[in-house]
Amino acid sequence: MEVKKPKIKSMKYEDFKDNEYIEDLLAQLNASGVNVVVGKADQLLNWSRSNSLWPFCFGTSCCAIEFMCLGAARYDMARFGAEVARNSPRQADYIMCQGTITYRMAPVLKRLYEQMAEPKYVIACGACTVSGGPFKNSYCVVKGVDEIIPVDVYLPGCPPRPEAMFYALMQLQRKIKVSRFLGGANRKEKLTYDPEPCLE
Amino acid sequence: MFDLSSVTGWIHGWLSGIMPSWLATTTECVLVALFLLIAYSVLAMIYIMYERWVCGWIQCRRGPIRVGPGGSLQIFADVFKILTKEIITLWSTDKFLFFLAPFLVVLASVLTFACLPWGKGFQVIDFNIGVFFIIAVSSIGVLGILLAGWSSNSKYTLIGAMRSGAQMISYELSVGISILTVVCLAGTMSITGLVEAQADGWFLFKGHLPAVVAFIIYIIAANAENNRGPFDLPEAEHELTAGYHTEYSGIHYGLFYLAEYLNLFVVSGIASLLFLGGWMPLHIPGWEGFNAVMDYIPSTLWFLGKAFFMTFIFMWIRWSFPRVRIDQMLALEWRYLMPIGLVNLVVMAVVVTQGWYF
Amino acid sequence: MADLKEQIGKLCPQAQFDTEGEFLLITIDDAQWHPLAVSLKRELHFDQLMALVGMDWGEALGVMCYLTNTESGDIVHVKVSTANRETPRLHSVSDVWAVANYQEREVYDFFGIVFVNHPDMRRFFLRNDWVGHPLRKDYDASPEKNPLRLDDETNEDYTCSWVEDDKGNVTKKHGLVFDFDEYVINFGPQHPSTHGVMRYRVSLDGEIVKKVDVVSGYIHRGIEKMCESLTWPQTLLYTERMDYMAAHINRHCLCLCIEKAMGLEVPRRAELIRLMMDELMRLSSHLLSYGCLTMDQGTTTAFFYGFRDRELIYDIFDRTCGARMSMSYSTIGGVVADVHPDFVNDVRHACDVIEKNMKEYHQLFTGNVIARNRMVGVGTLSREQAVDYCITGPSGRASGVHCDVRKTHPYSRYEEFDFDEVTRTGGDSMARYMVRMDEMLQSIKILRQACDKLEQEGIQGEYCAKVPKMIKLPAGHWYQQVEASRGAFGVYIESDGDAKPFQKPYRMHFQTPCFNLIGVVDLTCRDNMIADLITITASIDFVIPDIDR
Repeated sequence: MEVKKPKIKSMKYEDFKDNEYIEDLLAQLNASGVNVVVGKADQLLNWSRSNSLWPFCFGTSCCAIEFMCLGAARYDMARFGAEVARNSPRQADYIMCQGTITYRMAPVLKRLYEQMAEPKYVIACGACTVSGGPFKNSYCVVKGVDEIIPVDVYLPGCPPRPEAMFYALMQLQRKIKVSRFLGGANRKEKLTYDPEPCLE
Repeated sequence: MFDLSSVTGWIHGWLSGIMPSWLATTTECVLVALFLLIAYSVLAMIYIMYERWVCGWIQCRRGPIRVGPGGSLQIFADVFKILTKEIITLWSTDKFLFFLAPFLVVLASVLTFACLPWGKGFQVIDFNIGVFFIIAVSSIGVLGILLAGWSSNSKYTLIGAMRSGAQMISYELSVGISILTVVCLAGTMSITGLVEAQADGWFLFKGHLPAVVAFIIYIIAANAENNRGPFDLPEAEHELTAGYHTEYSGIHYGLFYLAEYLNLFVVSGIASLLFLGGWMPLHIPGWEGFNAVMDYIPSTLWFLGKAFFMTFIFMWIRWSFPRVRIDQMLALEWRYLMPIGLVNLVVMAVVVTQGWYF
Repeated sequence: MADLKEQIGKLCPQAQFDTEGEFLLITIDDAQWHPLAVSLKRELHFDQLMALVGMDWGEALGVMCYLTNTESGDIVHVKVSTANRETPRLHSVSDVWAVANYQEREVYDFFGIVFVNHPDMRRFFLRNDWVGHPLRKDYDASPEKNPLRLDDETNEDYTCSWVEDDKGNVTKKHGLVFDFDEYVINFGPQHPSTHGVMRYRVSLDGEIVKKVDVVSGYIHRGIEKMCESLTWPQTLLYTERMDYMAAHINRHCLCLCIEKAMGLEVPRRAELIRLMMDELMRLSSHLLSYGCLTMDQGTTTAFFYGFRDRELIYDIFDRTCGARMSMSYSTIGGVVADVHPDFVNDVRHACDVIEKNMKEYHQLFTGNVIARNRMVGVGTLSREQAVDYCITGPSGRASGVHCDVRKTHPYSRYEEFDFDEVTRTGGDSMARYMVRMDEMLQSIKILRQACDKLEQEGIQGEYCAKVPKMIKLPAGHWYQQVEASRGAFGVYIESDGDAKPFQKPYRMHFQTPCFNLIGVVDLTCRDNMIADLITITASIDFVIPDIDR
C-alpha cells in the first residue's frame, strides 16, 4: 500500500520547510511496502499518535515561559489535543526540551528520557538545546541535547515564539504520520542495550 | 410516561421462548454486561471531552478543536494512542499488585455504575438494599489506589496512596451520612423506591432544610471521595508530580484515567438519584399541564441531563478552587462535615416523624 | 564618607581606607576581618551584606564585601585577600550575616577559597566530582579534565567544614546532612513546582518537613566566566538570560554600571523609556508569579487569567523591541531604537485592562477561604531574618524591610515619580503575595505618569547618547543596584584598564536577588507540611537561572 504525503489541517504541504526530509521517509516507506490491512492499521495508529501528543513538562529556563504562553489562553495548545501536560515521564509522549542543559543536568535528562514509554519523541526547543546557543563557550553547558538523547525536531530561537513552537509541533505530527509501527521497517537495528536492569 | 421495563420484559419473554430458562438468564447476563461495558467506555470518553471543553471554556480558551469536526475525534486519537503505548514494568515493583491495582479501581467504578437507575424500568438490578450496595462497592476503589501507591515502590506514590487512604476513608463517612439522611426521608433503600418516592417533588425541594444541608455535604464529600476538585491531594500534580499513578504508563494509566471520569459520572448520578429525583421528571404539584409535558421527555434523558448538570457543578468547583492541605482536609471532615451531618440526620428524623416535609 | 572613615578607624586601627571610588573601601587583613565584621554590624549598624564577590587578582585571591546600613542607606565595601594560592583560607562571616552562608559556598566553588568556621563547605553550583575552580584565572578549561559525564552524580551525605580551635589550628571536620534513619525525598531537579530545575532534598516526618537541603546548579551556565572573554557591549546579552522575567531590568542595571564607569551622560528621554520598560517588565513578572502561585495551589484557571493579560505586555515589547522575551532593548548610552508610535496608547490600554482585571484576580483567588487558610501565617519571615538573609524585593518588603532601591538609591529618574513603597508586616506567604498584587497597582501608577511625561517630551525623539565605537573603561571597580522584579539586582564590574582594542571585563559579578532567596527556604519550610513547601517557594517566587547564573 502506498503511503501518502502527510496532511496537516489548515496548513498546506508546500508551506512547510524541510519537505525533502519527509519525502525521504516516504520513499523509504514506499520501497518496503506492506499490504493494505497492515497499512491501514498503521495509518490509524499514526493518526492517533500524531493527534494525541501529550507533552512532558521539562523546562529549565526562558523557553519554559514561552511554553507556558503556548498553553495559555491566546495560543492554546489544547486545540491540538496537547494540553494534557504530564509531570510523570511515564505517561508523556514527547519531551519538549526547553532551555539550556548543563553538565549537571545532563544525566537527569537522559534518565528522564529513558523513563518515558515508547513511542517517545523529542523536540529540541531553543538555541541552547539545539547547539548550546549563547552559552556554547561555557565550561559546563552541553552543546546540543543531541549529544545525550535523539532529537526529532530542532526548533531554533532564543526563545522561539509560540507560533514557532506550533510549527515544531506540526512538523513532529508530520514526522509521526510517515512512520511505520506494524510493518516494522523503520527499526532496522536490533536493540543494543540489555533489557535486564542491574540491581545496583 | 413510557416504561422501559416493557422493552426489557419483551426481550426476556422472547429469549425464554426460544431457549431454556437457565440459558436465557445467562444470555441476558452477558448482554447486560456487554451493554454496561460499552456504556461505561462511551460515557468515559464523553466525560473526558466534556471536561476538556468545560475547562477550556472556564479558562477563556477553546479546548480541543482541531482533530475531526470541532475536535470530536480527539478522544479517539487519545484512546488509540494510549492503547498502543508501551507498558513499563519496573524492576523493583511488586508485579502482581502493580498490575492488579488499576483493575481494582475500574472494578469499583463499574460495580457502582451498574446500580444507577438509567430510566423507568431500565436498571440492571434492583435490590432492596441498593444504596447500601453502592456505598459498599465504591470502597473497593481505595484499595486499588493504596495498592498502586504501595506496589510502585516509590516515595512519591507512597505518599499519594497514604493521603488517598486517609482522605477516602474519612469522607466515606460523610457520604454515608448524607445518603442515610435521604434514606431516612424516603423510608427505603431500594433505588427504584427512592426514585418513586420523588414523584411528587424532588427530595432537594421536598426535604426542607436538612435535605439541602445533606446535599451540600454530599457535594463536598463526593468531590473528596473522587479525588477531584479542591481535594485532589492524592494526585496533587504540583506536590507529588502525579501521585499514586506516577509509575504507571500506557493502558494502566489509561484505566486510572477512565475510572476517574467514570467515578465522576457515578457520584453525579447518585446525587441526581438522591436529591434530584433520578429519572423522575420535574413535577410541580398542581400544574397538571406542565407535568404532562415533562412526562413526554424520556426518563433516560432526564437522568443523563441531571447527571451532566451535577458534573458541570463538580467541574466548576474543580477549576476555580485552590487545593486544600492535608490537615485542613481532615479537619474539615472530622471537625465540621461529620458532626454537622450527624446533627442533620437527627433533624431529618425529627422532620420525618413530625411530618414537616412537603 | 570621611565621618564613616573616622568611626571605622576607631574600631579597627589596622584597616586601610580608600575614598577614591564611589563607596568607602576598607582593606583589611584576614586576621582582623571577623572582629571588624562583628563590630561593623554591632556598632555601626551595617546589618546587611549586599554582595560578597569572590576575586582573583592574579597574585592574591580574596573577596569584596558590600555592606549596607538599612537605616541610613550608607554603603561601604571591604576587601579581604590572601596571597596563598595553594590552600587559600579566609575567615567566614556566615555567623555575622546569615546570607554569607550560600555566598561563601559560591566563592568556594568558583575560587577554591576555603572559609574557616563555615558550617557547610560543599560545592554549590558544579558537580561534586568537578576538577578545578572555574573562575580562577589559572583554571584549566580543557574538556578532558571535565568531560560531559552521563553517570548519575552521587548524593553528598556529609557536610565538610574547616574549624579553627582556640590556638588557631584549623582542622577539617565532617558532619551529616541527614541522619541515617530520616525519610528523605527528592524534590526536583525536574519537578512541576520548583519553577525550573531546582532540587531540594527534603527530610519528612509523615507530611511534615524536617529539613530542606538545597542542591542547586542544575542550570549553572558559567555566565560570569563567559563575560570575561567578551567585550563590554557583548556581555549585555547574558543579563537577560538570568532572570528572564526581569530581562529588561537586569540589562538596564549593567548598562547603568558601565555608563557610570565611563562617565557617560544618558539622554533623559532614554532614561524614561528604560524606566517604562522596567515597569512593564515588573508588571509582567508579577502577573507570572500570580499565575504560578495560584497554579501551584491548584487554581489552574487563575494561571490562565494571569497569562491572558501578560500577552498585552508582550505585544508592547513585540512592537517596540521586536521580540516577546529577551528583547535586548537597552544598550550602553540609551536604547537601541525609538519606541513604536503607538507605544504610549498601548501602554495606557494595558494599564487600564490590567487594573480592571485585578479585581477579578482578587475575587477568584485572594478572597477564597482555602487560599487564605493555606497562605496566612505560613512561612513567616521576621524583619530581622529578612535583613540578615538580605531578602530584598517583594519578599523583603512583606516582612517590613524598606528595601526598594527605587526609593533608597533612586536611579533613572525614579525620584521624579510619585509612587508608594508597598510594605507589609506579616512576613508570611499571604503578605508576600499581597505585596506583589499591590506593587502591580503602583507600577500602573508609575506607567501612567511616565506616559504623560513621554508625551510631553515627544513620542519620538532622542533615544541614545553618542557612544564611542570601542568602549574602554578606566581601571577600577564599580557596583550598581537596581530594583528588579524579585529584589535588588546588583552588578559588580572590575576593569584592569588595559589599552587593547577590544577591552574585556577583568571580573563581572551579578548579585542576583533570587540567590539570597533560597537561603530562607530551609528556615521558612521547617515544621511545615509538604504542601506548604510548595506555597512558600511559590510565594518567595524565584527564577532558577537567576540563582545559578
